[in-house]
Order: sequence, then structure tokens, then C-alpha cells
Amino acid sequence: MRTLMTAVKMTIVLTILTGLAYPIVITGLCRAIFPRQAQGSLIMRNGQVVGSSLIGQKFVAAGYFHSRPSAAGDKGYDASASSGSNLGPTNKALIEAVKARLKGVLEENPGITASQVPIDLVTASGSGLDPEISPASALLQVARVAKARGLAEAQVRGLVEQSTRGRLLGILGEPGVNVLELNMALDRAAPLSRQARK
Amino acid sequence: MLLNAFIQVGVFSVLVTVISVPLGLYMARVFSGQRTFADPVLGPIERAIYRLCGVYPGVEMSWAEYAAAMLLFSLAGMLALYGLERLQQFLPLNPQGFGAVAPDLAFNTAASFTTNTNWQAYAGESSMSYLTQMAGLAFHNFVSAAAGIAAAIAIIRGFVRRSARTIGNFWVDLTRAVLWILLPLSLIGALVLVWQGVPQNFSPYVHAKTLEGGEQTIAQGPVASQEIIKELGTNGGGFFNANSAHPYENPTPLTNLLEMLAIFAIGAGLTHTFGKMAGDRRQGWALFSAMALLFAIGAAVTIWSEQRGNPNFARMGLDQSATAAQSGGNLEGKEVRFGIVDSALWATITTDTSCGAVNSMHDSYTPLGGFIPLIDMQIGEIIFGGVGSGLFGMLVMAVLAVFIAGLMVGRTPEYLGKKIEGREMKLAMLYVLIFPAVILLPAGAAMVTRAGLAGISNPGPHGFTQILYAFTQAGANNGSAFAGLNANAPFYNWTLAIGMLFGRFMMMIPALALAGSLAGKKAVPASAGTFPTNGPIFVVLLVGVIVIVAALTFFPADALGPIVEHLAMLRGKLY
Repeated sequence: MRTLMTAVKMTIVLTILTGLAYPIVITGLCRAIFPRQAQGSLIMRNGQVVGSSLIGQKFVAAGYFHSRPSAAGDKGYDASASSGSNLGPTNKALIEAVKARLKGVLEENPGITASQVPIDLVTASGSGLDPEISPASALLQVARVAKARGLAEAQVRGLVEQSTRGRLLGILGEPGVNVLELNMALDRAAPLSRQARK
Repeated sequence: MLLNAFIQVGVFSVLVTVISVPLGLYMARVFSGQRTFADPVLGPIERAIYRLCGVYPGVEMSWAEYAAAMLLFSLAGMLALYGLERLQQFLPLNPQGFGAVAPDLAFNTAASFTTNTNWQAYAGESSMSYLTQMAGLAFHNFVSAAAGIAAAIAIIRGFVRRSARTIGNFWVDLTRAVLWILLPLSLIGALVLVWQGVPQNFSPYVHAKTLEGGEQTIAQGPVASQEIIKELGTNGGGFFNANSAHPYENPTPLTNLLEMLAIFAIGAGLTHTFGKMAGDRRQGWALFSAMALLFAIGAAVTIWSEQRGNPNFARMGLDQSATAAQSGGNLEGKEVRFGIVDSALWATITTDTSCGAVNSMHDSYTPLGGFIPLIDMQIGEIIFGGVGSGLFGMLVMAVLAVFIAGLMVGRTPEYLGKKIEGREMKLAMLYVLIFPAVILLPAGAAMVTRAGLAGISNPGPHGFTQILYAFTQAGANNGSAFAGLNANAPFYNWTLAIGMLFGRFMMMIPALALAGSLAGKKAVPASAGTFPTNGPIFVVLLVGVIVIVAALTFFPADALGPIVEHLAMLRGKLY
């Protein structure tokens, strides 16, 4: 009985310490030191939140670089319902989905063959919110985007290179291109007409 | 590409080794009651906790008292979490207005977090309030880890003490694990995570107007404070559904490295704590080496299999080989920033230990790539292992190894100068037998019931692997998943909850009883016939025993899942 009382008291005391005091202290510290990151690395344009630099978005217009396929939410890129597809490697549904995505990529980017399509462009990410595509996937889309925007391919390729993040210290992780940031840079270089958005 | 894989795994392995030694020696000081640099700050807090809770730190416990305290503490915490989940709609810090969690799901989650499993049949961002996440789930991340460390320390004492009746005071070990180890490391780690982009706020979800004019609702919350303890305590329960694949939980390769190190740090350190407390550092290094060897094999196979990719993709004309501008490989369920190497490495690390956090979706792995995480759990998560549970699991295997060595030479086996006799062997065998029983029996039941089969989302042999994986992780208290399984149904919520509770307590109790039994023994001086347990021959024998026990137990079941699926995939058969 004494042990039970101690167990209950310990639960209460440690809940206050680790479950309330600790996260509140961290929140207070971070609000002071890293206010932008603590609030989710949000990106503002004309006083409106357009997204987060860490959270991927869906792009369909030819004049934007496209993100990876997404299984988050019914329509993809639902940042309140993160999820992978969880389809297994021998599941017909996976193979059919990849086939359909590949067909789409080949149609949108004429002159490309299947063996040139990077695998990340036809597979859904783990989170469904992957903010990045591989540099190879970005370069593959340069011709299409340049044409849709009336820009020189070299200029668009330059923007891709500027938004490419290498491996950390040349070692850790994989290189990637942040799609939202790249597309915002594109909008600054040559705004997309209302027509072309559709 | 191959070079980069070696470098990344190498950098990680070196860092783990370098961190584990000072951390392990520090933990030995903390639990031997020696002075540490943190005493001036933490000492007063510690004494205040004892005063408030009526703990007499000088009074030690027998193994049975120790186990009873741990059980009662777990029970109180489990009820508190259940209550919090059921009442969250009336409580503060619920900006999205989430309602009460359903009873079967609330029970499953309470059992899951109490047992350090962190299996999640719910999606965090659409069901748990910020208060439930912090005060309910993150609280358990701290204390279930601390209870595991406490049990490991008690068991070390059992091996090391001579003619003793007691193995320590649970409340003291618990409090010191939280104050001296988990809280300080979490404070530092959380700040690094926020610097890299992990959110830490109590704001409602953000509504964004996307570049193309669509709507996007972006979930928020106190993520960083929970993320770091989730890895450090080998808990693994994600703030969000996508766990550490979510860019808000794990935004950069640097956070990925930090989180992987956090998963291994304490488990690796405890081997040195053991060596130090046993008075022979090489005993700790022997366990460390056996663990490191098994880790390296698993990581190599998983990376290789995932990098080779899915032949079904190759049949469409896709090229999965890696180049400087893309990772290649089987990227379904993986993030670009982690590619193949960091994803596959994480998958082995998270199942070597009882962590279960994922940065890629195991359900979409190639059959052999997903087989390794399954095996890692089936050998008992003793590769550095869950904080605490990994070490005592490995010590049970060590007892088994010296017993087998003893049979071979016809001598009474000894470990650390203690004779291993009938009672010890019975307890060790209980530990070894309970484990497959809590996995294979319910998995078999699920395969022959409609409710069990209804959960399968990937047909064919993969579906069987989904079920086997779910019950394996429950018994092993891992918490990772072949997440396509529709587990939020009463059948799975109840059976998996029971599996998790058995997997935790029915194994911890025999381990503590073993410790109590050993503590009471006299030491026998080493002689010419004593089998040395601090050298390479012992390491090889230990690894052999681990592999053989797991293979004998689980191979028949595994053959029907990942192995059949691998052969089917090679032949292009789809389900």
C-alpha cells in the first residue's frame, strides 16, 4: 500500500517535471532563440502564409517544378495527414501506380525515355510531404518549365543549381532540391500568367 | 555510391563508439551514487522529489520488492495516460478540438507507451491534443526509458554483488535516470533539433494558400521536446503519423544523424556501465563487440537490398542505379534527403533497439530489406537494444552461452565469478521461451480469424509478413510497423496491447528474479577451467547462440513471409 502511494506520487511529480515543465521551458527558450524554426519555418508572401520551407506542396502547372507523388491525405500533400503509401513491393496496386506516374512524367516531358526518369519522381515519399526532389528530377523538368515560362533553359538550370542542397560536409544524406523554394525563385524571375497556372 | 555508404555507416559507428564510453562510465557513477558535475544543480531537485513522494533513498529492495515497485509505477502511469486520452476534450492545450480517444485505442496506446513500445494505431496529428502528447505520451517516453535503465542497473548489481539480499532502490534508480541522464541530454538535443527546423509551439494548425492557389493545413505542436526523448529513450512514438520521415520531425541529414545517435547512445553506453560496475571493463567491451558485429551485418544487408531496388520497377524500364544527382534504389516510402543509405541504416538501428521510430516506411521495403528489421527484433533487440532491456536481454543470452560452453567441457558454468545453476537456467529459459510465445501464438491466431485477416492491406505473402511483424514488434516492444496493416480495430488493439504488456513485464520479472538469485551467491575464484567471458572466443560463441536460438524459433514463420515474397518478386509475380 505504501508502495502504491509512492507510485502515484511519483507519477504526478514526474508528469509535472517531464510532461509540463520540460516542454514549456524548451518552448520558451526556442521562442527567444529560434523563433522562425519554432513556428514551423513558415514562408510569407504578400502578408499571406504560402507554406513552410520544410513541407512539400503539390504542383501541376507545366510552369512549376513538380514534387514527388504523395500519399498524404486523399489528394496528396495534406500536411495534417502525413503518410506513406505503405504498398508492398509485390502489390499490384504499387506497380500500377508507378506505371501510371511514369506515363505521366513521360507525357509532360517530351523527349525523355523511361530509363532517364529518376526513381524519386515516380515513387511516393515516406511522409507524403517530402519538400525535395533529387537534382536529377529537377534537371529533367527544366526544358518543360523554361518553355512554359518563356525563359532560357540555361537561366532555369541556373535557378535549379542555386536551390540544390548538397550532402552535409559532402558526406551525410543525399543531395536535394527544395521544390517550393525553387518555384518561388521562378515566380520572382518570370511570374506565371493566370492562364498558365491552369 | 558504395563508398559513400561505407563512409556514412563508418562515421556513425565511430561516433557511437566514441560517445558510448564516457556516457557509460558517467552512468556507472550516477548509479553507484558517486559524485558527478551535475550534483549541485540536480541534488536539491532529487531530494525534493524523495521528500514529496515519501521515498527513503537509503533503503534497498529485494528483487521482488523492486519488481513490485516497477509494476505499480507502470500501472499508475498507464491509468493516468488512459484517463488523459479519454478526457482530453475537456482539458487545455487542444487547439484542434480533438475528441476523446476510443476506449480500445486508448487502452492500446496506454499499454504501448507504458511498455516503451510506442506502437501507434492512431495518427498523432489527427487524434491527440498537445497536452496528451506532452503530459501523457512524452512523460512515458521519459519514465518507461528510466524504468528500463533502472532494471538494467538492478540486474548488473545482481551479477556483481556477492551474498547480497538487495539489488537497489527502484525509486532512486528511476529518479536518477530521469534527472541525471534523460533530461539533460533531451534539453540539449531539443535545442539542436529546433535550430534545424523542428517546430516547438502550441499554435493551432496553420492554413496556407499554396503557390498554385490551393489550401494546405499544416499541423504544428511541441514537436522537438518530444522528438528527442522519443529517440533517446528508444520509445519511437512519432508526434506525427509519418514519424521521423516527417520533415517536421527530422528535417535534415544532421537531425537524422543526431536522432540515430540518440537511439544507440544509452544502450551502447550501458555495456560500459556494466563493465565498469563488474570491475572488468573488457566484460563490457565483449558485449559491445557482439552487438556491433550483429549491427554491421544487418545494416549491410538492408542497404544492399534497398539499393538494388525493386525488379518490378526495372521491368518498366526504370533505372534504379545511383548517380551523383540521385540516390536510385527502392525509394517508395523513402525521403529524398535520406535516400537509400540513411533510410536503410535507420531501419536497422531502430529495430536493433526497441526504438521503432521510422524515417521510411518499412512496409514498402524490398522483402529482404524488410526481413532484417524483423530478424533484429526476433533476436530480442539486444543489439545495443532498448534502453535497459537490451542489456539485460544480452546478459540472459550470455548466461545461455556460458551454459552451453559448460555443457561442452563438462563443468558447472560460471559468469562473472557466479556459478550458473538450475534456478538461474530455469529463469533464463523462461525469458527465452516467453518471447516467441507472445509473438507466434497470437500471430497464428490472427491468420485463422476473420478479424485478423481483415487487417491485411498488401495481399500475398507480404500480408502474412504484416501480421507477423505486428506481433513481433509487440512482443519485442519495438513499435515500428508494416504500417499498411489496418491495426486500429478492436481485435488488433486488444491483442497487441496484451502482447506488449506480456513482452515487457513477463520478461523483465524473470530477468530481475535472475538478478536476485545471482546477487545472493558467493563468488567462486577463477581457475584454469573457467571459461573467460571477456575475449573474442566468447564473443563468437555469444553471437552463435543468439543466431541459433532465433533461427530455431522463428525461421519457419519467416520462410512463409519475406523469403517467399523475395522469390516471388524475382520472378515478377504480383499479388
